[in-house]
Amino acid sequence: MDGLLFLIFAAIAAVCGLNVVLQRQPIASALSLIGVMGSLAMLYLLLGAQFIAAVQVIVYAGAVMVLFVMVIMLLNAGAERPTGASLMASTLGVPLLAGLLVALAYVLFANFPDPRPVRFGEFRLGGAAQVGYALFTRYLLPFELTSVLVLIAIAGAVVLAWREVRK
Amino acid sequence: MSPAGVPLSWYLVLAAFLFTLGAAGFVFRRNIITMFMCIELMLNAVNLTFVALAYHTHQVDGLVLAFFVMVVAAAEAAVGLAIILTVFRNRASLQIDEVQSLRD
Amino acid sequence: MLLWLIPAFPLLGFLLNGVIGRRSPKSFVNAVAIGAVAASFLWTLKTLAALWPLDTAHLEQYFTWIQAGDVRIGFDLAVDRLSAVMLLVVTGVGLLIHIYSIGYMAHEGGYYRFFAYLNLFMFFMLTLVMAANFLLLFVGWEGVGLCSYLLIGFWFLRSSATNAANKAFIVNRIGDFGFSLGIYLIYIHFRSLDFAPVFAAVSERPVESGVGPLTLIGLLLLVGATGKSAQIPLYVWLPDAMEGPTPVSALIHAATMVTAGVYMVARCSAIYLHAPLALETVAVIGLATALFAATIGVTQFDIKKVFAYSTISQLGYMFLGAGVGAFGAGIYHLWTHAFFKALLFLGAGSVIHALGEQDLRKMGGLRHKTPITFWTLVAAAVSISGVPFTAGFFSKDEILLAAYHHAPWMYWVGTITAGLTAFYVFRAIFLAFLGEPRGWQHAHESPPVMTVPLILLAILSLVGGLAPVSRFLAPMFPPHEAGHEMHLVVISVGAGLAGIALAWLFYVARPGLAERTAARLGALYQLVYNKYFVDEIYQAAVVQPVIRGARSMLWQKVDVGLIDGAVNGLGARACAAGDVLRRIQSGNLRSYAAWVLLGSFLLLLAAGLAGGAR
Repeated sequence: MDGLLFLIFAAIAAVCGLNVVLQRQPIASALSLIGVMGSLAMLYLLLGAQFIAAVQVIVYAGAVMVLFVMVIMLLNAGAERPTGASLMASTLGVPLLAGLLVALAYVLFANFPDPRPVRFGEFRLGGAAQVGYALFTRYLLPFELTSVLVLIAIAGAVVLAWREVRK
Repeated sequence: MSPAGVPLSWYLVLAAFLFTLGAAGFVFRRNIITMFMCIELMLNAVNLTFVALAYHTHQVDGLVLAFFVMVVAAAEAAVGLAIILTVFRNRASLQIDEVQSLRD
Repeated sequence: MLLWLIPAFPLLGFLLNGVIGRRSPKSFVNAVAIGAVAASFLWTLKTLAALWPLDTAHLEQYFTWIQAGDVRIGFDLAVDRLSAVMLLVVTGVGLLIHIYSIGYMAHEGGYYRFFAYLNLFMFFMLTLVMAANFLLLFVGWEGVGLCSYLLIGFWFLRSSATNAANKAFIVNRIGDFGFSLGIYLIYIHFRSLDFAPVFAAVSERPVESGVGPLTLIGLLLLVGATGKSAQIPLYVWLPDAMEGPTPVSALIHAATMVTAGVYMVARCSAIYLHAPLALETVAVIGLATALFAATIGVTQFDIKKVFAYSTISQLGYMFLGAGVGAFGAGIYHLWTHAFFKALLFLGAGSVIHALGEQDLRKMGGLRHKTPITFWTLVAAAVSISGVPFTAGFFSKDEILLAAYHHAPWMYWVGTITAGLTAFYVFRAIFLAFLGEPRGWQHAHESPPVMTVPLILLAILSLVGGLAPVSRFLAPMFPPHEAGHEMHLVVISVGAGLAGIALAWLFYVARPGLAERTAARLGALYQLVYNKYFVDEIYQAAVVQPVIRGARSMLWQKVDVGLIDGAVNGLGARACAAGDVLRRIQSGNLRSYAAWVLLGSFLLLLAAGLAGGAR
């Protein structure tokens, strides 16, 4: 059952991911990205990380993607035009990406040859309680710093957007 | 179909594949917003790796890191989209090849 | 014993006056400067009293100054009998001259600067005499040179003063180059720069018959000494140094700094005694300088120049004493010379202060206006002339007797020099104080702050020879032959008295005789009057070629061609390389991303090839 679920959602994620890259319309890419994120949330659940799965759905698939869709709508972004200004990207891009994928896969298989299958329920530290405990004990300082970071991000976004209103 | 599940490395290879997809999109797409979404895709791939390795090591730290990545991604999305708005205001274009003032 | 306090007081005074002296009233500057030197003097007395009778050297090691490989050079100070004598001279005479300066410099701008420099000089001089290794001695040696430069050029708006300062500094560089080579050789041969182990190792060696390492070291150190102590061939800077304020001439260019060379030779007596050739060179240079400078002194009309050549001549005496093996006598003469020569300069300063004039031909008849200056100067003059039972008599005769036992001809040359010395010193005094006034209207005696040091120094010039310096220092140096032949003493005293009588004859009894004699001597007189044209010869033989070489070779070829060319060439290459690399910075974000991809791919490849990412 676990393997089946993995295959289904991995396939959805891969197809949606391909769609993100291949679609010409930004709005189509955005919707595909939501699909990737949703299926990734399922994979997190399979790995036993309920809290992260929930956050993935709420923050990523919810808030962040809403933001993207809003901006696409606001700017009325249409299909992109091919311009081909980067010689470097068009010539080296494909072989480099292929090489990168092969190298990544090689390194991963070389370092994680563990053949034991992933079992649902084997990892019991993924609940909100455990993650929250770690966040407020060992990772307290970084956690507080992220709140500062978010504050700065809010201020920055406001300042960047404000300029036009004043004009 | 084995009901017992798949090895951990499959998850990792899926993450690598998604990451490469994101990188490909960043290199080949010309729309700023699409490129930005590709960055989000890469971040998600990395998050999958973190969660998978948390499972592998039986420790909660990977999840915490994934959480931080999400927070940073949210902040980045807010600022990044604001920048895109400003760029669009100033240039009336979302074509990345027309934004080359870094050269000067 | 806190030896470091002795140089620390003047250093503190220098810092205080140098930093806040400009905004402070003169009374504060005076209090700091005089207080620092007085504290140093008193602490010297206390230290010496506590260490008495100072049979062995008292060494204090403070911290490691330089540590590199197996070279260890410490900040070590030491006091033995030799440095005790120097300490007393430097702090004692220095204190009197500091007090005198209050009066002399009262109307000068840069008052605080003057005293700050003087205190800095005291610091370096005390470091020099108390240093327990060659490198620290060199620090003091260079430091006093720096202060000498600063003080000669004190009136830096006068181009003659700055030129003289530059001359002193550059000529001393030549000497210091030899000195530093000597120190380097010492390290090569003895693997140490501390006095005690070096001299112990030297005394183990046999006396060199020919030219060996010790001879080479001795000669190189002597080069340094000829620079600092104004001996042939590097004496030329000292007469010009008279451009500085007179107290500076008294303190630095008569009593203390210029005697550093003598001190150094005496300090290194172990080396010189094992290198007879170097020691003989010391004696010959000293004797030649003594005679040479004395003859020039006879013809000069600038009162300070006369005394400057006198200083060179007397320093030659000290080297003669050291060179014939009578190191104690050399230091003894240093001791008495500090009194009477400081007094001569301060007296000259008092005259200059009274008249604003340095030319002897425009003085005359001053003895009624400035009686204290006159009588104190007479005291100094009889002392330097070797009139019996004054300070100069004892030390000069000790040197001459030692010279006689070394080589009789040295005694005779020294005696002639003594006669010349008496002649030109009294000539200066007669010209200035006797006869009729020649072209001055107003003159006044100096204030007590100047005359009291003069009187004290006059007393010391008369009775300072009673201090048994030579006997005190005897244990430090091996014994040398010295007799007490009465007839030799009588002859040298007679030479001095004859010089005085001749001066009386030429300048008091028969005015005009001097001019007639000069006219009759003609070319010879012109030669001596122009200081044997040594400055001109140096100018033509050394300075001009160096300047021409610097202009045509170093400037136009090396600097413009090589150095500028290399720098400009590097710049041009960088520009060219940047021109190529600039093309990567296309401003195209996707190209940048591709570059990042390439980098991460290569990193991964490296990680994979290196056997995994872990």
